[in-house]
Amino acid sequence: MIPQIQSLVVEEKKWMDAEEALDCIALGQSLPGVIAVNLATYVGYRQRGVAGAVWATLGITLPAFLSIIIALLLLGYIGDNQFVNGAFIGIKAAVCGLIVVTAVRLLKQMVGGSKAKLVFSILMAAGSLLAVGIFGVTAILVIVIGIILGILFYVLVTSKEVAK
Amino acid sequence: MMVMFNLIKIFFCVGLFAFGGGTAMLPIIYQGVSVFGMSWSDFSDIVALSQITPGPIAVNASTYIGLEYGGLAGAIIATLAVCLPCFLVMLIVIKLIDRFKGSRIVEGAFTGIRPVTIGLILSAVIFVAGGVLVKGPVVSAQLAEIDYYNWIPIGICAASMVLMSALKVKPIYVMLIMAAAGALIYGVVL
Repeated sequence: MIPQIQSLVVEEKKWMDAEEALDCIALGQSLPGVIAVNLATYVGYRQRGVAGAVWATLGITLPAFLSIIIALLLLGYIGDNQFVNGAFIGIKAAVCGLIVVTAVRLLKQMVGGSKAKLVFSILMAAGSLLAVGIFGVTAILVIVIGIILGILFYVLVTSKEVAK
Repeated sequence: MMVMFNLIKIFFCVGLFAFGGGTAMLPIIYQGVSVFGMSWSDFSDIVALSQITPGPIAVNASTYIGLEYGGLAGAIIATLAVCLPCFLVMLIVIKLIDRFKGSRIVEGAFTGIRPVTIGLILSAVIFVAGGVLVKGPVVSAQLAEIDYYNWIPIGICAASMVLMSALKVKPIYVMLIMAAAGALIYGVVL
């Protein structure tokens, strides 16, 4: 989805140059929430202020909203059907694979940087997996704790390494 | 009325706290909707449909869950609730961006957020795989029993990982291929 937005904004509509688009994507991915909505808000705001941001957000949300309603109406109309049930099992199994592939890709990006940071990152990733996945700790709490520990780590360790 | 309040609360929090996009959000959504008594098999249905319909997964999922528990009004409210914090946070950040640049607090916060996001994505597998790759919940003493595993979906999962990581097939095509494979295996063969 992000590459589509990028080519629309840069090549087709020429609303921003390639560099600003990359900054916009980095920002959209860093902020919390739905990345596509973040990007739409940014692009809309740059073009037409707050009104533009509202329209762009509605524009990116409405098709997703309608497609779910249509899909659920269709599925309700078809009812219990062995082909549909089988297709769903196939998709769910593939989604499990997709999630693992996504996590591995992100794990690879963690490598590099200082050794202390790598150890910190691995502990944090493993700790949050255990807390949320196994022990059922509230994910939002884990995120907040992660932010606090990250700031402590950065102030106590990383900035000293940078100073050296 | 209570349902609408809960939908707003859950999805506003998803929009405000979920870093790292669709997959990393799934644990927050899963834990949030537990107030409605949703089972893990319903949850994996929602994730599956959100994955193959166009648009952001979080929007798809909020529309689905809103519709399920609050009708059309619920769908609209849940979708607005997930979008509103993203919209507001982005507008605030555009105004203040120069103050954040180079801030040690912001850098440090992301040093913590990035690995936590990976942990959350991996725990999403635990929530989605229940009832799919194994017969019940993933965290279970029955994992020691060979009958507890669903071998056909495990094969489909392994095949889709190969398609995506080794052959670089786009996820949406992998979903469609595996939907067809599932329909064929469970509808025709079995």
